[in-house]
Amino acid sequence: MIDPKALKNLPLLPRDEEGPVFEEPWQAQAFAVVVQLSEAGLITWKEWAQYLGSVIREAESRGEHDTGKRYYEHWLTALERFAREKNLAQSDELEREKEEILARFIEHTHTHTHSD
Amino acid sequence: MAKKKISRRNFLATGPAVAAGSAISARGLTQESEAVHGTPPSGISLRVQSLISVLTKKGLLDPKAVDALIEYYETKIGPHTGAQVVARAWVDPAFKTRLLENASSTITELGLTGIGNSRADLVAVANSAQVQNMVVCTLCSCYPWALLGLPPSWYKDFAFRSRAVIEPRAVLEEFGMTLEEDVEVHVWDSTADLRYLVIPERPEGTEGMTEEELAALVTRDSMVGVEKLQPYRPEGEV
Repeated sequence: MIDPKALKNLPLLPRDEEGPVFEEPWQAQAFAVVVQLSEAGLITWKEWAQYLGSVIREAESRGEHDTGKRYYEHWLTALERFAREKNLAQSDELEREKEEILARFIEHTHTHTHSD
Repeated sequence: MAKKKISRRNFLATGPAVAAGSAISARGLTQESEAVHGTPPSGISLRVQSLISVLTKKGLLDPKAVDALIEYYETKIGPHTGAQVVARAWVDPAFKTRLLENASSTITELGLTGIGNSRADLVAVANSAQVQNMVVCTLCSCYPWALLGLPPSWYKDFAFRSRAVIEPRAVLEEFGMTLEEDVEVHVWDSTADLRYLVIPERPEGTEGMTEEELAALVTRDSMVGVEKLQPYRPEGEV
């Protein structure tokens, strides 16, 4: 599904012999978004490795020695930065979207509560 | 543990055979509304969701393709873990009894620590010749993912989520399961606080198999309750 060589360029990626491993659903989602963007030609793996590498190095320079535990947090931070810099999604858009998601949830919950 | 009949809100199955059945909750759900709703997405999960949402609206991302990818990787965190629990329940009746009474604490005997979400309780429900359990999350897609991996896309599908409680038999039939008329279908609605694991019936022809061999026979769908495990026939035998 993904060129294994591309993933080799990503240091620290939690993986087993068959590929990446995830501990929680959001990690797989964040991973899948990058795979999709690369398949759509919006980013190359080389470029992604640079984004991710920068975020990890910044964390390390703050004295956070990552053992891989926070790998996908860095992954998401890098993805948000990429989306911002390439003008795919700005911070204010994301903030509005979060509010909408929460509003939909509350509305949904409300409907559900009084449905019977 | 108090066994009480749970209310319609928590036990949403309908249909004549179902209405006649008495659903047993492993935990009395008095705070109904709290238990049913789940909690809003927060923190890091909300960050990912908002990003997916914005990119999807701009046509840069196909959420179905994202789901397909996630499904591809789901084996990474399951469902072999859930299969271990089922296999142990098959070979060890005392374990099964404990599991049905208190699944969250009993799975720790297998070295499994919780179900990934410390706030959620795990409830195991066992199938029998008379009872078929099916798990759904009508509101979103709450799922015991630490045991079963990431939920398949059909589990999140609106049609499945709504129809599973309205016409569970028809849904099961579409999954290839034909139920005898006297079999009760129990539909369990997952929440942020309660996740369900179905213990399927041990298939025929598996007598004498080791726990490990048995675990290999347990499928994800059988633990969600939409598949019945077929009698085991050794390869080459017709």
